[in-house]
Amino acid sequence: MNLKLKVWRQPSQEAAGKFEIYDIESVSEDSSFLEMLDILNERLLEKGEGPVHFDHDCREGICGMCSLTIDGIPHGPERATTACQLHMRHFKDGDTITIEPWRAKPFPVVKDLVVDRTAFERIIQSGGYVSVNTGAAPDGNAIPIPKKDADFAMDAAACIGCGACVAACPNASAMLFTSAKASQLNTLPQGRPEKDRRTLAMVSTMDAEGFGNCTNYGECEAVCPKEIKLDMIAKLNRDFAVASVKNLFGKAG
Amino acid sequence: MQVTTILFSSLVKKYLMAVTGLIGVGFVAGHLLGNLQVYSLLGGADAFNAYAYKLHHLPYGLLWIVRIVLLATVAVHVWMAVLLTIENKRARPEGYADNSTVQATYASKTMRWSGVILLAFIIFHIAHYTTRSVPGMKYNETIEKVPLMKEGKPVMQSGEVVMTFDAYTMVVQGFSNLPVSIFYIVAMGLLCLHLTHGVSSMFQSVGLRNHSWQKRLDKIALVYGWGIFLGFISIPISILTGVVS
Ligand code: HEM
Ligand code: FES
Repeated sequence: MNLKLKVWRQPSQEAAGKFEIYDIESVSEDSSFLEMLDILNERLLEKGEGPVHFDHDCREGICGMCSLTIDGIPHGPERATTACQLHMRHFKDGDTITIEPWRAKPFPVVKDLVVDRTAFERIIQSGGYVSVNTGAAPDGNAIPIPKKDADFAMDAAACIGCGACVAACPNASAMLFTSAKASQLNTLPQGRPEKDRRTLAMVSTMDAEGFGNCTNYGECEAVCPKEIKLDMIAKLNRDFAVASVKNLFGKAG
Repeated sequence: MQVTTILFSSLVKKYLMAVTGLIGVGFVAGHLLGNLQVYSLLGGADAFNAYAYKLHHLPYGLLWIVRIVLLATVAVHVWMAVLLTIENKRARPEGYADNSTVQATYASKTMRWSGVILLAFIIFHIAHYTTRSVPGMKYNETIEKVPLMKEGKPVMQSGEVVMTFDAYTMVVQGFSNLPVSIFYIVAMGLLCLHLTHGVSSMFQSVGLRNHSWQKRLDKIALVYGWGIFLGFISIPISILTGVVS
């Protein structure tokens, strides 16, 4: 298939960026979106032009590195699919495809389509952990966990931290990510002792990083490659309210 | 954690938005029920005027307490809306060339616009019917007082007929003005839009919604929004068509 690509090119964080148009011929329908970009880059290199920089790692939909906004939708038009798992058969011959980086103040563009997502790491560092003493490994089944809680925690843990939620949100809010990471631990007995502290810390880090506020559009849920639901955000809203009140009385765990 | 950090957090803004929104939702429903008394089936002129009289003669200065609470509610709602808008714009300094969305509803994407026009409407509406100070519509000066009626008989107090402001005639005169009625109908349409998102969204904001409840609440919001819309606009339409006069 033959395609026209409209790709965001930006030499560095400080430099201004702009769209470049590339025509690319005879792309196999079976290639993945990233393979299509590999082909583009090889042809650019042959012509002596600089390749388009983009993030990727596993190409299996599990690491969360790939981060392309394709025709305005993070990870492209397929639901529950990362950009690396998106195949060219979902496009038509002759299509013009617009490829942009994630757009959010806390995710500055490093180069072309690569953005810096360390703001997410800082949210995790502020509370996305459980404190465990060293020593003999505890028996995994010593603490019974209701099936419903285990399932909910697993749904939350499916988050691969790609940042598509932020990219899709008209407000560039990081609520889906933060709520998934907090809920994963807040739901389980092992995470409960630090629940209030975790919730308050992760939300305040999220705010301090400059992400927007959630206004319940639901775009994050729609683009999430792991189908994380808005239920996580509702839970964080609830947990934060409880933690705030307990904090007021010096009772936050 | 510092109380101020929590107070200024993104989530507290959303809680305030939701709580003030909920007060608005309750008020709007109560207001509609009161207004529907203009229909003779539900009371008509005497009942409507008696209702207005009762509101103005609530004990313990309740009328002013309610007014102040409602004004504060609107002020906080708008203030939070402004803060949210500024911060959300700041979070995405560079936008997308392609602004596609997948599932965000039209109502959710236009909350700011429906809200701003509603604010203009609220200000006009208060000037029009509460303070009655819109030039050319100073009903306090142009409408004669009428006897307060109870069960078809004038209410007497120390041997004299109690007189009251003729709110019914004010409403009939007010809506006989076509531009005023059109603005009112448009504003109610935007309120309907605002509520079809808001009534479900406020539950999410305070954490009282999940996937199955979202479906139910979205339907409730739709029914509520349309109920409010049709209920309110029926009055100017009835007046313009002469059903109520
Ligand atoms: C009749 C008066 C009004 C009622 C009943 C009302 C009701 C609501 C409700 C229930 C919500 C949802 C709260 C939430 O998501 O948690 C909401 C949100 C909102 N309202 Fe209002 N509102 C009114 C007037 C206004 C005005 C005057 C403005 C602005 C000038 C405004 C702007 C907004 C905005 C920006 C949101 C947030 C939207 C979002 O979260 O996506 N509203 N309103
Ligand atoms: S490259 Fe790992 S998820 Fe796409």
